[in-house]
Amino acid sequence: MRFLDLLSFAAGALRGHRLRTALSVAGVAVGISAVVALTALGEGARRYVVDQFAALGSNLLVVLPGKVETTGGAPFGGVTHDLTIDDYRAIARLQRVRRSAPLAVATDTVHFRDRGRAVPVLGTTADFAAVRRLEIGSGEFLPVGDPNQGGNEIVLGVTVAQELFRSENPLGQVVRVGPWRFRVVGVLAPRGQSLTFNMDDVVLIPVGTAMRVFNRSSLFRILVDVRMRGEMEVTKKDVERLMAERHRAEDVTVITQDALLTAFSAILNALTLALVGIASVSLAVAGVGIMNVMLVSVTERRAEIGLLKALGAQDRQVLAAFLTEAVLLATGGGVAGLALGAGAIRAFVGIYPSFPASPPAWAVASALGLSLAVGVGFGVWPARRATRLDPVAALAKR
Amino acid sequence: MIELEEVWRIFRVGEGEVHALKHVSLTIERGEHVALVGPSGSGKSTLLHIVGCLDRPTRGRYLLEGREVGTLSEEERSLIRRHRIGFVFQFFHLLPRLSALANVELPMLFAGTPPEERRERAAQALKAVGLSHRAEHRPDQLSGGERQRVAIARAVVMDPAVLLADEPTGNLDRASAGEVMELIERMNARGLTLVVVTHDPAIAGRAKRVIRMDDGAIQRSGVRGPGFEPRAASPESQGGG
Repeated sequence: MRFLDLLSFAAGALRGHRLRTALSVAGVAVGISAVVALTALGEGARRYVVDQFAALGSNLLVVLPGKVETTGGAPFGGVTHDLTIDDYRAIARLQRVRRSAPLAVATDTVHFRDRGRAVPVLGTTADFAAVRRLEIGSGEFLPVGDPNQGGNEIVLGVTVAQELFRSENPLGQVVRVGPWRFRVVGVLAPRGQSLTFNMDDVVLIPVGTAMRVFNRSSLFRILVDVRMRGEMEVTKKDVERLMAERHRAEDVTVITQDALLTAFSAILNALTLALVGIASVSLAVAGVGIMNVMLVSVTERRAEIGLLKALGAQDRQVLAAFLTEAVLLATGGGVAGLALGAGAIRAFVGIYPSFPASPPAWAVASALGLSLAVGVGFGVWPARRATRLDPVAALAKR
Repeated sequence: MIELEEVWRIFRVGEGEVHALKHVSLTIERGEHVALVGPSGSGKSTLLHIVGCLDRPTRGRYLLEGREVGTLSEEERSLIRRHRIGFVFQFFHLLPRLSALANVELPMLFAGTPPEERRERAAQALKAVGLSHRAEHRPDQLSGGERQRVAIARAVVMDPAVLLADEPTGNLDRASAGEVMELIERMNARGLTLVVVTHDPAIAGRAKRVIRMDDGAIQRSGVRGPGFEPRAASPESQGGG
């Protein structure tokens, strides 16, 4: 039997029961659209987080004081060394490190005349801009120089500049942070939330100054920009070895961004799979619906099946005919479900434009594959019943 | 052409057994016109189903065109039904969703005949039963007689060796019944072997040979005996349904 003939024969049989056909197609469509829409949301969440990390710079190592792992019982004297500016300078001299930036963090109120705004104050160096992919809106970034010295320059986030200076030009003006005076040298370009800080609502000062005025003995972080993406792990080892030498103990933690990213990605993938699992339940229900419709159809069309056999249709041809009907129902539902899901996603993005919700290609492909599988899986049993029908008995009944 | 030797057909019903056919031996030659008559439950339909390869004998041999077919696989028996046997039923068994032409095309559909050839042969077959002008009508737009003629066109479109008709006029008025019988007799005259199961003495009377069955056995038939009388059918009525 020719494939096209098989298709049109099955389609003809389905056309005979429009309402029944439409309802079972709708059942599958709901299941598939749920799978597609929920996958898109899960995948959107994952991509959102990944994008955030990418904004940090993808070759980034982060050094933090203290050892978070508790493996091994050997005590190191219980002393955690401070992460110092000299540590940073040593790391910055490592061969595989392109550049590095120290980070000291405090929260304080920045004043200009009578206006004040409480913001995170980040103490760092000129390389911070490059490491964190920051752009200058106007003026300059912190000057290059001895990080231990520290001047009185300050760079404002764009929100801080707007709030404190309104329409005035902040460049060259003097602001106070606590009792200390700083001269505004630059304003950052708008950047928005970058995982840990809203970079529009921070101020940056030289790290030496920050350590001194906030009375810090340890840096909060050292950010390390690795030259080659392939050398992340080696460089991590380099940093760990260097710090172990300097501190005579393994008392720092070095995280690669990949590790964080992988962890988040894994969590969000699990979330997506859970959503898909839930959606699949409705697909299974739709499959049972198809099975029901096909069983009714086989019972109703006993005489037809008997006739087809009498006319010389082989068992596998009868099987193929009924299986094709089930598959047509399911894939029809699959296509309708994709359209429905795409509509739902579009509506969602209309409401939350910043959320990158779109179904991944694998979800579209597997939704169609899944609907096909539902058709075959739930169509086989009714189709087998059709082939097992005794033609004599089937023809005897009117 | 059709040879049955000591054929039995036994159905298992619950604990017991029903002997639908008992030592039936029968030979039908190529081009014969045979009527199978007998009361309800006499086994004539069962016999027709076995001859038509829709059912298998429990015991005994059945040779169609010299080939033992009772023990073939279902797959092969499907092919025999497709190519060597045409069926005509009391209730026509046309697919209501298909046009007359598409109904006639049906056996060729499963044989994988290319569409153009299919259409042409189906149109020819419809022409032969005088229904070319009704080709695109669906069964519910046709009269009973027309439906049965479409069914006959479908039965002969594969050019079978034998046409098996189970009460072909049982659902038709006299005039239509006459037309239908004339049609299949014309085909018989051109060499098609014809086996008709019927209750109707008038229909049976048109056959060259009548095989009378009762209680699963052949009562009177000139299968082998030289003293066979072609007009053996008595015109008495044959019990219900």
